[in-house]
Amino acid sequence: MTNDIMTNIIKGISTTLKGLSITFRHLFASHKKRELLPASDNNYFKQLEGTNTIQYPHQKLPIPEVGRYQLDVEMDDCIVCDLCAKVCPVNCIDIESIKATEAIGQTSDGTTKRLYAAKFDIDMAKCMYCGLCTIVCPTECIVMTNQYDKTVFQLSDLTYQFSDMSPEMAAEKRKEFDVQQAERQAAKLAAMQKKEGGA
Amino acid sequence: MNFYITYFIIAIGLFGFSALFALFGVYAERKVSAFIQDRLGPTETGKYGSLQTFADILKMLQKELITPAAADKLLFILAPAIIFIAVYLGFAALPWGPGLVPAKLNLGLYYVFAIISIETLGILMAGWGSNNKYSILGAMRSAAQIISYEIPAGFAIISVVMIAQTLNLQTISSQQGILSTETIKFSGFWDVTSTGGFFAWNIFRAPHLIIAFVIYFIASLAESNRAPFDIPEAESELVAGFHTEYTGLRFALVFLAEYSMMFLVSMVGVILFLGAWNTPLPNIGPVHLATWTTNAGWGILWIIIKTLTLVGIQMWIRWTLPRFRVDQLMALCWKVLTPLAFACMLISGVWRLFLM
Repeated sequence: MTNDIMTNIIKGISTTLKGLSITFRHLFASHKKRELLPASDNNYFKQLEGTNTIQYPHQKLPIPEVGRYQLDVEMDDCIVCDLCAKVCPVNCIDIESIKATEAIGQTSDGTTKRLYAAKFDIDMAKCMYCGLCTIVCPTECIVMTNQYDKTVFQLSDLTYQFSDMSPEMAAEKRKEFDVQQAERQAAKLAAMQKKEGGA
Repeated sequence: MNFYITYFIIAIGLFGFSALFALFGVYAERKVSAFIQDRLGPTETGKYGSLQTFADILKMLQKELITPAAADKLLFILAPAIIFIAVYLGFAALPWGPGLVPAKLNLGLYYVFAIISIETLGILMAGWGSNNKYSILGAMRSAAQIISYEIPAGFAIISVVMIAQTLNLQTISSQQGILSTETIKFSGFWDVTSTGGFFAWNIFRAPHLIIAFVIYFIASLAESNRAPFDIPEAESELVAGFHTEYTGLRFALVFLAEYSMMFLVSMVGVILFLGAWNTPLPNIGPVHLATWTTNAGWGILWIIIKTLTLVGIQMWIRWTLPRFRVDQLMALCWKVLTPLAFACMLISGVWRLFLM
């Protein structure tokens, strides 16, 4: 019984001294600034001894170019196929397309564009960074960038709007398409009547 | 008439000193904790972040003083003032150098320990007045802890007083150096009355006082509610304990009291055990180091250096040891420290009878 108390006391004192010696060593140990190496470097983990924490806004760790941080869309290359919106597990991509009256150009890989994107919104607050949208994209226009420090003051600022069409322009294109559709319908009707009349 | 002006100057000086020390103490604490954890601490405000605590206090001065609707208004408002004044009044009897003491009290030591126990009352008032379960839990823990730890601290102090035979802090101080009017013996056999230096300090005059000093130091950590005895304000359990509901200047006063208390208990420890304002340098033959470094100016320097060293050790311990559980806290106090303090007191009596 007394032996237990004595061993407890001795253990208490010795462990306290051990702890104090460790913190004392650290008090003077780490005055080196951290060298900025990417995590893939061989010396990366050796750096943890004797250095300070990274002073973030002043020091930034290099990250791979192909990092998966923010979504970005190159609208010139987008054919508005809606595949990314369909594959997204959390439905964070919202696309509204307008059919064009004719081919409106080509993407950089030679695919013909036939649809206007009236709306191409990505809600980064919902995004889970799985990267599926970048895989299904046939023209590789939706990519993930290495931008990671994105702070906004309003939640709505996290909805990135990639479409460069104004509502007026969208309305005009819609009207043009409707007119073309109506013309085609009329032509079809006329052709049918002609056919019936001829028979 | 003139002595009233002196009183005011001394009172304002002591207040200014404790306020400045709190600013410096908070900065030092943040830097020490940062270096121990391989961080840098404050770096942005001023050179090396040195203006950080000034910025903090400026922010606190501008904050609204919020009194919770359900609080007991009178107790809630009075509590920070009582907590701070209790600690601040303790400084009145502490000697700073030969002939330099704000109030020459015969019962100085008794007065200091009586007045700083009033802090418990302030903490209880703050906890009860806040009308908040975390606050009252913190206050109850604080009261239980401070009252328990006053017993080993008290007996450790009594073992010094038995050696010194006085409660006057200035007399206790001058006994531990070359200004002593009685013979001092290092460890009870070597006469060091004219040698002075650290040989004449109380912990070396009677070596069992080293144990008494450790007991006092541990108990003083508990009395100033610092880790590892910070269960009254355990962040992870009680938000901030008894000062959860305080804002702005009232919160600043509670903080000021905590840091002043750190300095006060360390200074009392230095006065009782570590030679007060006496120099650590002894007279060696023709080199009269002790004589050269003993006067009012050197006295202030020595006592501040020694006290700040103890404060530094308090911080070092805080950032090393985890918090005690309540039952461990009480077990340490009643089963280890109190019997040891009794033993020290017994040895002091025997020492006084046979070796002095």
